Amino acid sequence: MKILVPVKLVIDSNAKARVKPDQSGVDLANVKLSINPFDEISVEEAVRLKEAGKVSEVVAVTIGVAKAQDALRAALAIGADRGILIQTDEMVEPLAIAKLLAKVAEAEQPGVVILGKQAIDDDSNQTGQMLGALLGWPQATFASKVDLSAEAVEVTREVDGGHQTLKLTLPAIVTTDLRLNEPRYPSLPNIMKAKKKPIETKAPADYGVDVTPRLKLLKVGEPPARSAGIKVKTAGELVEKLKSAGAL
Amino acid sequence: MNPEPREMMEFDVVIVGAGPAGLAAAIRLRQLSLERGRDISVVVVEKGSEVGAHILSGVVVDPIGLDQLLPEWRTHPERPLTTEVTEDHFLQLSASGARALPAKLMPKLLSNHGNFIGSLGNVARFLAARAEELGVEIFPGFAATELLYDGDRVVGIATGDMGVARDGTARPDHVRGMELRARYTLLAEGARGSLSKQAIARYWLDKGSDFQKYGIGMKELWQVKPEHFRPGHVQHSFGWPLDKHTGGGSFLYHFDDNLVAVGFVVHLNYSNPTLSPFDEFQRFKTHPAIRDTFEGGKRLAYGARALTEGGWQSVPRLTFPGGALLGCAAGFVNVPRIKGSHNAILSGRLAADAIADELVRDEPAIEPVAYERNWRGSAIGRDLHPVRNVKPLWSRYGMPLGVMLGGIDMWSHQILGRSLFGTVAHGKPDHACLRLLSEVTPIQYPKPDGVVSFDKLSSVFLSNTNHAEDQPCHLKLRDPSVPIKNNLPLYGEPARLYCPAGVYEVTYEDDFKKIGPRFVINSQNCVHCKTCDIKDPAQNITWVPPEGGGGPNYPNM
Ligand SMILES: Cc1cc2nc3c(=O)[nH]c(=O)nc-3n(C[C@H](O)[C@H](O)[C@H](O)COP(=O)(O)OP(=O)(O)OC[C@H]3O[C@@H](n4cnc5c(N)ncnc54)[C@H](O)[C@@H]3O)c2cc1C
Ligand code: SF4
Repeated sequence: MKILVPVKLVIDSNAKARVKPDQSGVDLANVKLSINPFDEISVEEAVRLKEAGKVSEVVAVTIGVAKAQDALRAALAIGADRGILIQTDEMVEPLAIAKLLAKVAEAEQPGVVILGKQAIDDDSNQTGQMLGALLGWPQATFASKVDLSAEAVEVTREVDGGHQTLKLTLPAIVTTDLRLNEPRYPSLPNIMKAKKKPIETKAPADYGVDVTPRLKLLKVGEPPARSAGIKVKTAGELVEKLKSAGAL
Repeated sequence: MNPEPREMMEFDVVIVGAGPAGLAAAIRLRQLSLERGRDISVVVVEKGSEVGAHILSGVVVDPIGLDQLLPEWRTHPERPLTTEVTEDHFLQLSASGARALPAKLMPKLLSNHGNFIGSLGNVARFLAARAEELGVEIFPGFAATELLYDGDRVVGIATGDMGVARDGTARPDHVRGMELRARYTLLAEGARGSLSKQAIARYWLDKGSDFQKYGIGMKELWQVKPEHFRPGHVQHSFGWPLDKHTGGGSFLYHFDDNLVAVGFVVHLNYSNPTLSPFDEFQRFKTHPAIRDTFEGGKRLAYGARALTEGGWQSVPRLTFPGGALLGCAAGFVNVPRIKGSHNAILSGRLAADAIADELVRDEPAIEPVAYERNWRGSAIGRDLHPVRNVKPLWSRYGMPLGVMLGGIDMWSHQILGRSLFGTVAHGKPDHACLRLLSEVTPIQYPKPDGVVSFDKLSSVFLSNTNHAEDQPCHLKLRDPSVPIKNNLPLYGEPARLYCPAGVYEVTYEDDFKKIGPRFVINSQNCVHCKTCDIKDPAQNITWVPPEGGGGPNYPNM
């Protein structure tokens, strides 16, 4: 069985996002980019399944600019076998990503597609669900445990107030949550090997998918700066301040 | 922990540090390898999470190094330096005034004509991309923590284990480090390298040279209002807020799109233990002649790094059996120009030439002595020799006499081709320069205004520093009692003040009565500047690399 793992290159979780002066987006110049942490968890899970002998091949796919292949290299260093880069300079929305992934899934015929539940840059949390709908495959989102057998996958998901366990027939879609696993440190020899693993470069047109945006971005702004706090001396003063601030 | 054996890989050359020095050596080795049709395998390890993540510099670059190494850099589509210096100013500051030094007084040796303003981190990224194109293996996120020996010869390095818990036990994600064995090991760790320090001690490399001297440099990157932006503008200052016995000064460079790099260097032979380099920097920005540039602007990044200041007379022997020191690990900074990156590149190239010749012989590695023999007669020596007295004269005679004498000495070199003073010695190592708390007037710093001056914690936040939380402290105290027993009563524990990242604190059980002091190390804030390793009066702190990938994540610094 094959597993397909879509990955995305995003602004690193330690970097500070900065809005471009013209408010047209986030300034990515000189900012560190890394593989989306949820995708790293997806790759780790797929590679563990392979190491457990349940999976024969792990294929990573990314859609984005040429540099996005850094996310593929990160996936290959964890242990994915090969990568597919669908290269485009467009801003690709979740629906178009899902359409492209559906085409890749049709070509690759994986038993499971494991995606991160969301990317930490736009936090959309849509691609996995849309992909499930487009392919008509069952889906289990926010996985904290994945049990794979030859015909089915049992997924424990984190829901409000507890856990829910689902059994899906294959092929299926799984999206991963933070507690599923802790990704390994790629070892130096594995990073070296990753540089030599094959990456196939494609274009959206090769799949016949139109990635023209359907949404119009009006502007990107910073959250309003918090004003400094004040210290009050008495409970009475607190009530007074809250009243004058219109909070009471 | 019971160490399991490490995996091993073999290369011709292993290079520690992906700064300008290490990358220049890597590029040159591969160029020679292709030229001579003989494979030379080269690997570079870098402790930062990516190349450039730990590089912090002014920076005005003298292109001599790049021109020699990669002449095509000037027309390369990704060239990292695009702003040429257009104006060059030198200010002497007093508390309220600023006097520009007439351009005619400036020795030619200090001219920035034909130099470029940019980010040294981006220069390193550019060099790394070229090196990889030439077949160099670069591994960011891996710190070299040990030198490997065979008898008396260095035969490579080991990278640190990953996934070690605070108490030294293995975490579930523990991965053993790797041995990278090589015929030659080049140490390009920059100022006060942790392995370089070991090599210098083991091989007595500094036996014939003066002490190494250091400064601490702090820097901020600002995006300023377009009306305050003057592309290509370079300005240096000395004087206020430092007193006349304390060496140092500021730099301010305008480049790219409305970017201003502003920084402040304090010579680490300062004597007042209540001095705080960070607060001097913040105070400097409030000067009436400086402040306007930053009004209405946005501070994008902050960081700090030590730089070497010993110059010509402090350069140790560069080579040892099986390897060599490159760049700032050897101390090739020209202090009056505050430039070292050009010499870092030149030294990488010079060392590569020496090693490539040895590698051809197919014999076990020896000491690459040609590098040691050639540097003083090379462009590096020609850069450092004429300015060798500026720093020791400044330290000895203070302001303004020491600075004037240094200027006169540079003029003498320009006109007569020689120095008036011979070679002036440096006096004391930096850690031995502090006076006792009881002998000094404590310095009071103004509160930051939150507009152009800031506190330490909000600054460290802008260095994007991150360390895996559960790991052993990488700031090792030889004797844990020294900070409270000696440093606190004698000097007020100066680590609280010289550390530019707020790593060291003294807290009290009873804060009000100042009873029950405790020394706290917030190692997760460390920006890897190495100042504590240099300045602690008891030489009790040793900086060792934390888990690979930890530390600052500088953007274009
Ligand atoms: C504030 C300031 C301003 C400056 N301004 C200028 C200027 O305007 N012009 C100029 O030319 N020069 C300037 N310099 C000097 C210049 O930055 C240095 O000369 C130059 O960076 C030296 O290059 P290097 O390659 O030797 O070391 P570095 O640039 O310090 O690079 C060393 C690299 O090695 C890595 N490393 C260290 N130890 C290890 C280890 N054990 N394992 C793995 N990796 C390791 C580090 O993370 C780093 O990436 C300035 C310096 C400072 C601090
Ligand atoms: S702990 Fe030492 S090396 Fe780290 S930031 Fe502070 S002074 Fe610099």
